[in-house]
Amino acid sequence: MKSMKRKIGVFTPLLYVGPAVLFLLVYQVYPALQTVYLSFLDRRSQSFVGLENYKYVFTSPTMLRAFKNNLLWLVLFTAGTVGLGLLFAILVDRVRYERIAKSIIFMPMAISFVGAGVVWKFMYAYKPTDAQQIGLLNQILVVLGFEPKGWLLESPLNNLALIVVGLWIWTGYCMVILSAAYKGIPKELLEAGQVDGANDWQVFRHIIVPEMRPALTMVTTTMLVNVLKIFDIIYVMTNGNFGTEVIANRMFKEMFQFANTGRASAIAVVLFVMIIPIMYANIRQKLKGEGAR
Amino acid sequence: MKKSIIAVFSLLLVLALSMGTWAQERVVTMMGVWGGQELEAFQAVMDAFTAKTGIKVQFEGTRDLPTLLQTRLAAGNPPDVAAIPGPGALKDYVEQGALVDLSQVIDPKVLSEDINPAWIELGTYKGGFYALTLAADVKSLVWYRPDVFAAKGYEIPTTWEEMEALMDKMVANGDTPWAIGLESGAASGWPATDWIEDIMLRTAGPEVYDQWVNHEIPWTDPRVKEAFEIFGKIARNSDYVYGGPTSVLATNFGDSVSELFTDPPRAMMHRQASFITSFILDANPDVKLGEDVSFFGFPMIKAEHGNPMLGAGDMIAQFRDTPEAREFMNFLASPEAQEIWVGRLGKLGTNNKINPAAYPDDLTREMAELLNTADVFRFDGSDSMPPAVGSGAFWEGMLMYVGGEDLDAVLEYIESVAQESY
Repeated sequence: MKSMKRKIGVFTPLLYVGPAVLFLLVYQVYPALQTVYLSFLDRRSQSFVGLENYKYVFTSPTMLRAFKNNLLWLVLFTAGTVGLGLLFAILVDRVRYERIAKSIIFMPMAISFVGAGVVWKFMYAYKPTDAQQIGLLNQILVVLGFEPKGWLLESPLNNLALIVVGLWIWTGYCMVILSAAYKGIPKELLEAGQVDGANDWQVFRHIIVPEMRPALTMVTTTMLVNVLKIFDIIYVMTNGNFGTEVIANRMFKEMFQFANTGRASAIAVVLFVMIIPIMYANIRQKLKGEGAR
Repeated sequence: MKKSIIAVFSLLLVLALSMGTWAQERVVTMMGVWGGQELEAFQAVMDAFTAKTGIKVQFEGTRDLPTLLQTRLAAGNPPDVAAIPGPGALKDYVEQGALVDLSQVIDPKVLSEDINPAWIELGTYKGGFYALTLAADVKSLVWYRPDVFAAKGYEIPTTWEEMEALMDKMVANGDTPWAIGLESGAASGWPATDWIEDIMLRTAGPEVYDQWVNHEIPWTDPRVKEAFEIFGKIARNSDYVYGGPTSVLATNFGDSVSELFTDPPRAMMHRQASFITSFILDANPDVKLGEDVSFFGFPMIKAEHGNPMLGAGDMIAQFRDTPEAREFMNFLASPEAQEIWVGRLGKLGTNNKINPAAYPDDLTREMAELLNTADVFRFDGSDSMPPAVGSGAFWEGMLMYVGGEDLDAVLEYIESVAQESY
């Protein structure tokens, strides 16, 4: 009886985690290591080129432009989705038609990103002044007596136009999670603050935000990971032309259009390394949350 | 039980193999990328060959032909005959010593009399004729509306001076000469590369064109720059192109031709390959091809380079010298085989003895005539360049240039990508 118990002690956990670990090794760890290995080889993965691919990643004008754009996305997209999500979460809480409002804001999340890109391509569509406009934004400009604009052609306007599409898709997601967190704040706390004479801003700053910090961190880190990987919108709408290139789109191009495995792998590795600290923060937050429960 | 099944199968296998040997079946093996409608058309060609000679054709279709063919070559087991991707691949195979010189295979009389020298030149490398072009598609076409041209007194230009005079006349009349659209999703920019190729062939000639495609001259070469400038004079000028550069960049390549069919027409001319007819008909189902819309050849620019033609073609090379393969190659060079192929696909044959009635319509017949009177034929250059250049920096560079960026900076950018890609 005793010996059997010891046996279970050794084998049962192995049996339980074994398959999962195996799958992780085959589908996550091995490809990741292989990618690192390939990033030191040439375009056809035949000969060793040292840091040549990394030199391209960190010095070529194309990649520098991509880093710059990703940074712009990082700031505006993350601040935009989380900020607007928080704003909507608090605002819809105060109205009677909360559900409808939330559903409408959340709805774009149900559309595939490629679909959203196509839809917004129509929103931004450009036709010369004398032709019938098919894009909503340019039609509005024309009705108001302005010249139509090449929203997706002029840098840096086009980057902002693309980020708006990202906001349109993701704000609803942030709102839903933040709304749940907001509703979780004990009403007594808010009331206590008001009784103590705090105005709305002070309540928001000193009660709501600290109470929602775990949810805010989670949503922010998720958005940060999203934005670093941003690809679909750019691929569909501009393919990185006109100064809108981003890291993930460049990786796709190098891999699947130019068949340059070395460079694509190097970009992938850099992107991976950039995401690690954010993932770390995200996981730590999750563990904390579980510990509290 | 298991044993008996194996025994039966082995017996069947032996039987099948030996039957083949007894019948002394004559076979030619072929590899190509065709599938669907194209394969059906080629099946008809192969059937006609079998009916005529009793030789069977075993066709192996694969989308990944370059890789597979290279593997088979390395293993010493190539197909007898293969449809190869283009002139770049042809040179590769010749360098490897993999191809049979077709001047020793195909009837010399057919080669000298029936096939336009441009096709012989296209298949010739290092002194041998290695690839027969079965049929081609053409790109150097300018589409226009005969009724509009007639009503306004515009005449079809045959030289670039005449073209420039015509463009100025149109502008003076309040018309816009060109409709151009470069948007094409992830492939945006390619229609402009065709313009540059057409212009390069006419300003610098086929030899320089080949050097350019093979990156033996840099992108910053004045002859490349000149071609960009001629295109830029049109595409960056709101007088010459409908909607100006912003519209050129924003308009889909398939939509831009529609400006010819508005009332009144917003543009007079559109440069595009033969396939554009399907886009015209999609958007304007009432248009009658040949009547309401027609084309003329992109005019010559420098007389010494004549009238070149840009396009793509089905090039067939022979990898093994068997009597069956020889017969098959001769058949493919014949009007008989080409008539089947072009009649079904609307492509243009290379044997000038083809019965014009074999073509599906008048426009195709006219294209065939244009093609067979062309002085030189060249493959789409961007398709022959390494993808990072031909379907990367070149496309991107065209968009940058039309978007107003400095030409030298654009060419230096493409050159920097080319230097690390060849």
